[in-house]
Amino acid sequence: MMGSENLDSEEAHMYASREEMENLVLDEPSNNNNGTKSFSDYRSAMSSLADTHHPLSSPMAEPADSDPLLTPPPFRDFRNPNVATDNSSYIEPPSYSDVIFSPFDENAVNEINGVDSPGRSSDSSGFLSKSTSSSSDYVKITVSNPQKEQETSNSLVPGGNTYVTYLITTRTNIPGHNGSEFSVRRRFKDVVTLSDRLAESYRGFFIPPRPDKNVVESQVMQKQEFVEQRRVALEKYLRRLAGHPVIRKSDELKVFLQVQGKLPLPTSTDVASRMLDGAVKLPKQLFGESVAVAPHEVVQPAKGGRDLLRIFKELKQSMANDWGGSKPPVVEEDKEFLKKKERMHDLEQQLSNASQQAESLVKAQQDMGETMGELGLAFIKLTKFENEEAIFNSQRARAADMKNVATAAVKASRFYRELNAQTVKHLDTLHEYLGLMLSVHGAFSDRSSALLTVQTLISELSSLHLRAEKLEAASSKIFGGDRSRIRKIEELKETIRVTEDAKHVATGEYERIKENNRNELERLGRERRADFLNMLKGFVLNQVECVWIDIRPSLVVVSAYRVGISWVTIKARTAVVIESQEAVRFAEVEEQLIPFQLESHYTRKEAEMLEADFKNLQIGVRHDVEGVEKEHMLTKQDEVLVAGVRGMRWDAVELPFQFRENLDGHCNALWRYAARYYIYEGDMPFYEEDR
Amino acid sequence: MITAQRSSSGSSHSPRSPSSQPYLSISVTDPVKLGNGVQAYISYRVITKTNFPEYQGPEKIVIRRYSDFVWLRDRLFEKYKGVFIPPLPEKSAVEKFRFSAEFIELRRQALDVFVNRIALHHELQQSEDLRTFLQADEETMERLRSQETGIFKKKPADLMQIFKEVQTKVSDVVLGKEKPVEESNPEYEKLKNYIFELENHLSEAQKHAYRLVKRHRELGQSLSDFGKAVKLLGACEGDALGKAFSDLGAKAETLSVRLQKEAHQLLMNFEEPLKDYVRAVQSIKATIAERANAFRHQCELAETIKLKEINLDKLMLTRSDKVGEAELEYRELKLESEEATRRFENIVRLMNEEMVRFQDQKTLDMGIAFHEFAKGQARLANNIADAWRSLLPKLEACSS
Repeated sequence: MMGSENLDSEEAHMYASREEMENLVLDEPSNNNNGTKSFSDYRSAMSSLADTHHPLSSPMAEPADSDPLLTPPPFRDFRNPNVATDNSSYIEPPSYSDVIFSPFDENAVNEINGVDSPGRSSDSSGFLSKSTSSSSDYVKITVSNPQKEQETSNSLVPGGNTYVTYLITTRTNIPGHNGSEFSVRRRFKDVVTLSDRLAESYRGFFIPPRPDKNVVESQVMQKQEFVEQRRVALEKYLRRLAGHPVIRKSDELKVFLQVQGKLPLPTSTDVASRMLDGAVKLPKQLFGESVAVAPHEVVQPAKGGRDLLRIFKELKQSMANDWGGSKPPVVEEDKEFLKKKERMHDLEQQLSNASQQAESLVKAQQDMGETMGELGLAFIKLTKFENEEAIFNSQRARAADMKNVATAAVKASRFYRELNAQTVKHLDTLHEYLGLMLSVHGAFSDRSSALLTVQTLISELSSLHLRAEKLEAASSKIFGGDRSRIRKIEELKETIRVTEDAKHVATGEYERIKENNRNELERLGRERRADFLNMLKGFVLNQVECVWIDIRPSLVVVSAYRVGISWVTIKARTAVVIESQEAVRFAEVEEQLIPFQLESHYTRKEAEMLEADFKNLQIGVRHDVEGVEKEHMLTKQDEVLVAGVRGMRWDAVELPFQFRENLDGHCNALWRYAARYYIYEGDMPFYEEDR
Repeated sequence: MITAQRSSSGSSHSPRSPSSQPYLSISVTDPVKLGNGVQAYISYRVITKTNFPEYQGPEKIVIRRYSDFVWLRDRLFEKYKGVFIPPLPEKSAVEKFRFSAEFIELRRQALDVFVNRIALHHELQQSEDLRTFLQADEETMERLRSQETGIFKKKPADLMQIFKEVQTKVSDVVLGKEKPVEESNPEYEKLKNYIFELENHLSEAQKHAYRLVKRHRELGQSLSDFGKAVKLLGACEGDALGKAFSDLGAKAETLSVRLQKEAHQLLMNFEEPLKDYVRAVQSIKATIAERANAFRHQCELAETIKLKEINLDKLMLTRSDKVGEAELEYRELKLESEEATRRFENIVRLMNEEMVRFQDQKTLDMGIAFHEFAKGQARLANNIADAWRSLLPKLEACSS
């Protein structure tokens, strides 16, 4: 047993980093085994021969059930300490995390950094902060630099299989990692392994869901966009894992993020190993201890061919539960939990509903933007046409106004697009939580399967007791006793003892999962609150901001102004008598200006945009007012036909001038306001030149 | 709605003060659905207020239906060649069975604009047909209408035009003519070109405008759905967060209502005027076709006269007994030709006048439409921004 243990830990080492093996072995005084060195030497020699051998593809090398990773590492601080001490005699004595990580801490950092620094330096700019990680300790993960690689083993056609690896760079200040920055290359399969391992070790936790395995053709797999999509998904996933308070500290994640070379975590999805795994165990079940379930096994869910007999038994139990014949001895008694579960279910439904609606909202916004853009383009075309074909002056004047509106529409469409991108970003929280609901389900089903195990064991125990009693009663009748019977009773008692143990462990596991569930529910509630609030705020702010940055309020009103002003000038030029209508229109325009007056809560961007717009308006108005001015001067002529403003109401003539003055005021104020920012932030304003 | 319509039709012409100048103002109101199924139609109350001496009194109310308006349009088109007859809203086969409130309102507005344009046109307002239309009792109107549309089933003018064109084309081909006689005035060519191009551009713009209206509605719809979903989610969350959610949902729903309203405004004040001008351009095209007809007629007559003249000369030399008859015929033809020329020239003159008027009117109406569009969008943007902004303090309070 010890030998195989050690072998395993060595194996882990070997795959962890072959190059550093020598180094590691020498600096491994803490390892409690003498055989280490020889083994590792031997192993490393082996590894050089079978370079590409994956641990999974060679399960014959060691009994699969003694792999430290297949059984739950019992020394986790968050686990129920009782269970841990109970099991410690059974299960692997050395915590593999010690074995693996302690040597790295001091020695490997330099080397890793040395090796990977060029890649890292290019990626480090891409770091994004994950809000959920607390400020004191952080783990920042970047996935970058996808690379195509050839599958050298496991493929029937040599060179026919390629896969993509991603560079995963981590920066952290949590002690226990070797150094603050490191990177590894991983392929998607490794991520699948990680998530499977996590799912097994952290039952009852809400583990963030892994990105989907896409069943696609390998040709598609090679496509740039697919790789990029997956890269983004992986980055998100890993960041979410790192954001989880417990999983962040998990050994699995640490191994995944740190250990160079092939991932030492075995994939439990691998069918071959699964089958072998089950096959190895099957004889054991059929022989001596067949009735009892090994205590350390019950903490695992019965699935995947690991323990066929147990599956069968638990199936029977669940049938018995379902068909209502026998009331199971342990039932889900936590009413509060049931209530919460119910609420979670509700929440999930609402979430999916909301996320669907959010999607359609985003779609509608996008359509709106597109149509607005098309409309703008159509107007621009129309305007251009009118300008070219114009027979009358008034046409030209209007064409200019139309062009303003058209540009405004095109701009509006651009801002719609921006708004949409932002909206997608914010509402993505909904999708994320919808995804998380899956893992909540997983955690709940972990709980119920643990409960089922407990129930099975209890009913088994009771039947065993019954048999023992019967035997005892029978043996007591025959005085003097029957040797074989006594032996049987002894055997039965032994079985009972083992089953009791198993039950104890299983109950512990169940309790642990329950505890985990409870904690996780609380955590989820807390985080959800924060995230949702952020989302809402982001969404609303975004709507406010984008609508305000959106030129519709500014530019279109500006266009409205210009339409109004141009109107007056057109009228003046064509010497049509201006009635009070125009004055009314101007008053309207003025009214609309009010909301755009200086407000203290403008952001810099808003102030800048508005200022730019007002500048444009100023120029336009100046131009138009000059036109009116000319007409004005002409009025001194007595000739009716030439005098443009003759017969116009005086205020209609005066208005543009007043308007210009007001506008200059607004513009200057805005300029000062924006300038505050420029001075503050030390850069100069920048205006788009597309008007 | 009435006010919106008032302002648009009121400002499309310079109003006159009622006391001093002659005025004729008409309003089309109170659409009522009558009949059932295929027979169903909408009747409108047409109210006329005038001080024209030709009219029976200062105010007259009659009930008219869509086909009466069609009758008026066709009569005017026949009598006032060269004038751009204001366009009618088109017939709709689909709406015939539904008569949605929006369609009825749109049509009412368009009909209102139609009669008022006629009433303001300095030539058309003198028309006897307009007087009949505005004053005749319902039975007379129906008789008149069925006379026109009954047995002879007078086709709509443009259909007729198509038919005529096909006919001439066929005859041209048969007679081996290269192409129908047409005016080769470069300026007129330019104008024609302009009109055709304008139609394309306008109808494209109109199409997009209509889609924008639809998009507004869709956005409104999905915003309200989103609001509902968020509210439910809020109900699921409970406490302060739930409150925030349902606030957001409520806001989204209010905004959706605003969007729907804005979509309606957009449809009425922006899309409809654009559509109106698409129709107007089509009516110009009808006039252009009329002008081409008149021109062709004139040319044909001129040709015939030439032939007759030669014939007459021949007759003079050979058969003097038939000269008198031929001369009579010739003279008649000559008169007819002169008449045709006059008619054509009249059309040309009118058209030139009309073009100026049309451009002025278009500039004005389009200006209003664009102004409305810009104003509406600005208003909407303001509303949206205000609504969301008002939500911010609540969220801040919730998160602190």
